[in-house]
Amino acid sequence: MSDIENLQQIASQVRRDIVRMVHGVKSGHPGGSLGCADFLTALYFEIMDHDPTNFKMNGKNEDVFILSNGHISPVFYSVLARNGYFDISELGTFRKLHTRLQGHPSVAENTPGIRIASGSLGQGLSVSIGIAEAKELDNDNKLVYVLMGDGELEEGQVWEAAMYAAAKKVDNLIAVVDLNGKQIDGPTEDVLSLGDLKAKWLAFGWVVLEMDGHDMNAILRTMKEAKDRSRLGKPVMVLMKTEMGMGVDFMMGTHKWHGNAPNDEQLKNALSQLTETLGDY
Amino acid sequence: MKDIKVLDHKDTRSGFGAGLHELGKINQNVVALCADLIGSLKMDAFVKDFPERFFQIGIAEANMIGIAAGLAIGGKIPFTGTFANFSTGRVYDQIRQAVAYSNKNVKICASHAGVTLGEDGATHQILEDIGLMKMLPNLTVINPCDYNQTKAATIAIADYVGPVYLRFGRPSVPNFTEADQKFEIGKALMINEGADVSIFATGHLVWQAIEAGHQLAAMGIVAEIINIHTIKPLDEEAILKSVAKTKCVVSAEEHMRNGGLGDSIAQLLARKLPTPMEMVAVNDQFGQSGTPTELLTAYGLDANNIIEAVKTVIARK
Repeated sequence: MSDIENLQQIASQVRRDIVRMVHGVKSGHPGGSLGCADFLTALYFEIMDHDPTNFKMNGKNEDVFILSNGHISPVFYSVLARNGYFDISELGTFRKLHTRLQGHPSVAENTPGIRIASGSLGQGLSVSIGIAEAKELDNDNKLVYVLMGDGELEEGQVWEAAMYAAAKKVDNLIAVVDLNGKQIDGPTEDVLSLGDLKAKWLAFGWVVLEMDGHDMNAILRTMKEAKDRSRLGKPVMVLMKTEMGMGVDFMMGTHKWHGNAPNDEQLKNALSQLTETLGDY
Repeated sequence: MKDIKVLDHKDTRSGFGAGLHELGKINQNVVALCADLIGSLKMDAFVKDFPERFFQIGIAEANMIGIAAGLAIGGKIPFTGTFANFSTGRVYDQIRQAVAYSNKNVKICASHAGVTLGEDGATHQILEDIGLMKMLPNLTVINPCDYNQTKAATIAIADYVGPVYLRFGRPSVPNFTEADQKFEIGKALMINEGADVSIFATGHLVWQAIEAGHQLAAMGIVAEIINIHTIKPLDEEAILKSVAKTKCVVSAEEHMRNGGLGDSIAQLLARKLPTPMEMVAVNDQFGQSGTPTELLTAYGLDANNIIEAVKTVIARK
């Protein structure tokens, strides 16, 4: 099996985990989670230099990832578990009383792999800048990655952080925006159009790359380019086109699966479309 | 009433600036962030001597709190500096999620608290910041009384692991606590022992309480005056011990009655030792322009108001 096929197989299992997790508690956010499954699989299994078996909060001398759009916690938890941060059996506790896998990521339970709470949107880019600045002070040459949703860019704090990162040359930072074009109330275009995002980030002084978030080759190629263009005086933005609900046909092309869980029949249908598996939790 | 010697007159924010500069020298992990108010926060010396550990954020307080949380993740001890209003209400959700809930070792240092910032008026005079901060789990809330104590508190919080809200002010006020004192978080300080009434004061109003204490002594009332520099965690033991003796209480603070020190003490006494109590605090109003002294009087926060509250509460015994 090629590396790409291997990553695709993991991503398929991650998608199975996502629909099973949200089905299990009849709540959670499958749409955006499915859309980011390919990217986060590639990031954790291929792109980042990190140690899942020995989680250190300070992330010294390893690459660090921050999930800013915390509602896609199912994909985050699945990738962390599949990557070895904690046992996959724990995925079955998602959103249940006393779980370490809270509805939105939290550090109060000391869950390995999570460094900051997120869910209230717009904060992750600022936090990532802080981690990047700490690395700079420590002469740690590893990178900080952050994922944001596109609807999240409606939050003003994102643009405070965007301005800061470019002005202060925070160049050990790679931000990715999940451009699925959808948010809770409908298409982003209708709710609050983001306008020309590429032009906006360029105008803020960032390096801007674009990629298809479902083409594993493109993800690896573009993220390598992002890495190559880091440490050259500018922060790097990757605008990632995705399809909300990717991999489950009835969840695609609509914002209705942003925060809804499938019923028993829908789960069966979804799993029948995600045939590649490493073994369910 | 004990004679309390005034060493000099200084602003508490300069105590913060001096403490931060000292920390720069002794603790390599201490970093500082400011949202375009270096001069007002007296952070100049730190900026000059430790430029690589200083982050000028610009007028973007939300971003500042997020960056501070990130620096804390990376093992640094970030001190953020801006006015109390912009340190709390403006960034409440950022503090709530990224600092308090995430339990990050961020020190939120807030100047120009209360009405005594003076002429700038109500947009800048926050009177609800103690309440906002003390309601957040994990947060420690400290309001020192003078320059020396603010300096000592600034240095002490670097050694405590966890989020802290440190509140201080703009005007020049009597500096009367010991230079180079050891500051212990959560430890109430006895200023004057007495048996007739317990006066629990915080921040600038500790000095007003001392002035009240002298005048009360002349009237034959011996007040027990205790400086509560840490509102959370509250020194419950010291408060209960004093109240058991005096059997009546006055709290004094440059803050709203809702959510302030008096509110915390009243909750404690209601649960453990119900006692007549009066509160010298602002009652559900915004501030306004004026000199610090005028404003303390206009909002019922000066020594005379404390004396009146003492007379009222003694009559209720």
